[in-house]
Amino acid sequence: MIRTEHLGKTFAGRKKTPPVVAVKDLNIEVAEGEVFGFLGPNGAGKTTTVRMLTTLIGPSEGKAWVCGYEVGKTDQEIRRRVGILTETPGMYDRLSAEYNLMFYAKLNQVSDPAGQVEKYLRMLGLWERRLDEVGSFSKGMRQKLAIARALLHEPKLLFLDEPTSGLDPEAAKLVRDFIEELKLEGRTIFICTHNLDEADRLCQRIAIFKTSLITEDSPENLRKRLYGRTSVFHLKEIQPAWAEKVKTFDFARDVQVVENKLVVRLDDPEGQNPLIIRSLVEAGASIQFVGEMRHSLEDIYLQLIHNGDETPGGKNG
Amino acid sequence: MASPIKTIIDKEWAEVFKNRMVLLTIALLPLIFTALPIVFLAVTTTGGDLGSTADMPPAYAAACGAVSMADCMQTYILNEFLLLYMIMPLMIPITIAAYSIVGEKATRSLEPLLATPISTEELLAGKSLAAVIPAVLATWACFLIFAIALPIIGVSPAVISYALSPTWLVAIFVGGPLMAIFAVNIAVLVSSRARDPRAAEQTAAVVILPILMLLFAVLAGFIILNLTFMLASFSVLLVLDVVLVYLGARLFQREAILTRWN
Repeated sequence: MIRTEHLGKTFAGRKKTPPVVAVKDLNIEVAEGEVFGFLGPNGAGKTTTVRMLTTLIGPSEGKAWVCGYEVGKTDQEIRRRVGILTETPGMYDRLSAEYNLMFYAKLNQVSDPAGQVEKYLRMLGLWERRLDEVGSFSKGMRQKLAIARALLHEPKLLFLDEPTSGLDPEAAKLVRDFIEELKLEGRTIFICTHNLDEADRLCQRIAIFKTSLITEDSPENLRKRLYGRTSVFHLKEIQPAWAEKVKTFDFARDVQVVENKLVVRLDDPEGQNPLIIRSLVEAGASIQFVGEMRHSLEDIYLQLIHNGDETPGGKNG
Repeated sequence: MASPIKTIIDKEWAEVFKNRMVLLTIALLPLIFTALPIVFLAVTTTGGDLGSTADMPPAYAAACGAVSMADCMQTYILNEFLLLYMIMPLMIPITIAAYSIVGEKATRSLEPLLATPISTEELLAGKSLAAVIPAVLATWACFLIFAIALPIIGVSPAVISYALSPTWLVAIFVGGPLMAIFAVNIAVLVSSRARDPRAAEQTAAVVILPILMLLFAVLAGFIILNLTFMLASFSVLLVLDVVLVYLGARLFQREAILTRWN
């Protein structure tokens, strides 16, 4: 659905300022039906990338294909097929919600504009407020309206730039739930977000990006690559000898005692946990339960942004 | 299916005409500029003081030929009022375009708009026409009201024939649209730098300076308004319009709008 080859964008400098490299040598592929997260700090070039992929600005170097069409050659075809939720969802505040959507439905050449407008206003719970000026809407309502605007022409590919930014938890949840619904419909979704928990929940794959691509993979694979897997054995009480016994296993790495827990990094917990359990039970330990420590995407993100990808299989590894 | 240009025009009008301040600016000007010459002619025709013909530039008095001095004086002053009709197609598009283009910038609604399949030319045409059409229609309508009022208020046939002479018909019906196109393109150029619609409107309003200079030149008798002068002026304006449309289209590019219009 999206493919980029050495895509880059450099903005010419003005007066005495030097040129600014916003995006450099970006190579990504997003498959049909995939939810792809694009993560990076402010000023990393995420919005510039989205703007290039939605044909709002042209690349300086490299190529990109969106929905099978090459960016810069068949831009109108691309715009017909993609929907975009911009970071700041500007609306015509003096016009009603319904007029705003009708306007975009007509520009997107929707065959039944009124029907589509009604469908999405109802779906997002804005039907009762359809005749109100958008200027009177809360931020959450405006965001929902902007999502409806992006969907009116039923695009196959949806770009969402910070979809829950600045929303209160309830409104953010509503938007996230709606994205989940879109995911179930099989739409391809490209999300730029700072909300790492959101990316973890919604995205099948994520790219971590800072002017150029640092890494891309599924959140789970990134966890494995960066931290391996960590089993936590919760014991009724602990004795130092039991930790020493676990250390005798070749596969057990970084064995640590934390309160009444044994924390062990393993490559294959499914196969290796039973061996450790048996050994601990034989030594007289009472195991209450065994869990797996899950590193947050925030840990992964911060490590990659600050240190680059030095994991096996990583871009810099 | 509505054409994208019509969709843009409809939206611009719906939005601009919901803004009371803009609406007032657009409506007030035609009202004043229509009422002024009618009241002036009505007063002077019914015996009001026209002043002395000695106040009139000699060149103008000579150009009046066989027309009576009273009628000549009336046409001389009428010229100044008719020049006001030339301000209408300049000011109205500037007000609309400043709000429609800089307004999009201020509300950050340009990006989603540019992400639709509309072409840049269609967008620019829609925005320009939304500003030009009301200005031209208002100018024509005001002039028609003025023309209809002339015999009703008892103006002499010589003055009516002057007001409806080819000089002024060309000025209103040909010059009006050319001036509106000129003004809207100046507004597009100014809007690329301005952040606030009012600042854009005020900056772009310098386009009325040539008309004011012309007004003073006519008052001083440096210029006699006739068909030749009008045709020559509008030929120059046509060339300027073509250059400005080209420049406006070059400036009104998606990338430039998104990355530099801020």
